[in-house]
Amino acid sequence: MKKTQNVLIKGTKDGLTLHLDDQCSYEKLKKELNEKLTENQRVNEEHPLITVSVKIGNRFLTDAQQEEIKTIIRQKKNLVVGSIDSNVMAKSDAEQMMRENEIVSVARIIRSGQVLEVPGDLLLIGDVNPGGKVVAGGNVFIMGALRGIAHAGANGNSNAVISASLMMPTQLRINDAISRSPDFTGDEEKREMECAYIDHTDQIIIDRLQALMHLRPNLTRLEGGF
Amino acid sequence: MGEAIVITSGKGGVGKTTTSANIGTALALQGKKVCLVDTDIGLRNLDVVMGLENRIIYDLVDVVEGRCKIHQALVKDKRFDDLLYLLPAAQTSDKSAVNPEQMKVLMDSLKQEYDYIIIDCPAGIEQGYKNAVAGADRAIVVTTPEVSAVRDADRIIGLLEKEENVAPPKLVINRIRSHMMKSGDMLDVDEITTHLSIELIGIVADDDEVIRASNHGEPIALNPNSRASIAYRNIARRILGESVPLQPLEEVDKGVFSKLKKFFGVK
Repeated sequence: MKKTQNVLIKGTKDGLTLHLDDQCSYEKLKKELNEKLTENQRVNEEHPLITVSVKIGNRFLTDAQQEEIKTIIRQKKNLVVGSIDSNVMAKSDAEQMMRENEIVSVARIIRSGQVLEVPGDLLLIGDVNPGGKVVAGGNVFIMGALRGIAHAGANGNSNAVISASLMMPTQLRINDAISRSPDFTGDEEKREMECAYIDHTDQIIIDRLQALMHLRPNLTRLEGGF
Repeated sequence: MGEAIVITSGKGGVGKTTTSANIGTALALQGKKVCLVDTDIGLRNLDVVMGLENRIIYDLVDVVEGRCKIHQALVKDKRFDDLLYLLPAAQTSDKSAVNPEQMKVLMDSLKQEYDYIIIDCPAGIEQGYKNAVAGADRAIVVTTPEVSAVRDADRIIGLLEKEENVAPPKLVINRIRSHMMKSGDMLDVDEITTHLSIELIGIVADDDEVIRASNHGEPIALNPNSRASIAYRNIARRILGESVPLQPLEEVDKGVFSKLKKFFGVK
């Protein structure tokens, strides 16, 4: 029986890469990884901290197992894990990822005291009344009047935007930036077709809707040309 | 089988009780058998507005707790021949004396005998509100042209929309001062209806007569010469006329505003 190597260390121009075989058992892999790193330890002794990326192919590692691998590698003094790359992911993670990337359309009026939360982008066909609140992990698009609170990028996405046909919010929140409406509004100034985004100074800026196509080109998801 | 209509607003002091009394009276004037139910336990005053305070023997809590039969607690309005009754609230207990299930049972038995049951809801969104809404089939939200009242109406509409047994609520805008609306110092009718986006079933002008009448224990709807009275009668007609479509705003315009205009000699 030919003994194949389950752990391969490769040096690339980006640093060290550890290729961990995805066919052997996890226990065997752990053992071999330990041995391999121990025998190589002397070679790397004089170097400063080296980041390694770990590629695990088609193996699925739970969070606990990933932590274990990281600990094993970290124990070898000057190695630290930069990333663990796998070709597979848990179904729940995939579903979560899908939800965070889809646009949820909702046709109703968010009235005072009501909160609407979606993991991804929100397309609201209706109004948000004062005292009502919409929260989205991604962008917020409101086809009606925004008079309440809108929170986009609630899970830490500063690139998220809020747009509304009638922009008269009590408060706007993007990621952790908050802006409120001025205490004295100009007389019946129509705030139609506007968008809000975070600029480079972490301030929420309100602009014409059309400004978005330059500021956030990623909003276009249409593939291919016209 | 009758229908139970809850009159609610969220905010206090916008005219729920006055509206209840007058819609009830106006429906009775149309020949319908009406029962007014005051669910504001502990702070009852529908009986005062109706001028029936001194005839109360038993109340809603007595009925629910089985101390008396329903018909013993009902107070008959002598001004109508067997058409208008009032089920008063208890003054000595509080809202927790009744629960929504009990109200539902009570409403179901009242619906057997009456064409319309008008439920006067207490202010707030707690127990009292839940009791009042429990047995209702339809809802009328009362608001005034003030930002705070509209805000609370919006909240109440949101809660009513969650009730499966209640039809989409209708809106009454009360205490309208047309000169303030015209000058833009008050929210106007269109603004309120677009904001709340529910169907408008009537608008009632602010009228000194309403206060005078209710202090005398006589609902304004009985007085055919008052602007507010006509408004309430129109609302009652619209409640009845569901099969006959009406145009609420225009009709009220004809009723109230053209009269006003005539009065001030405009056009």
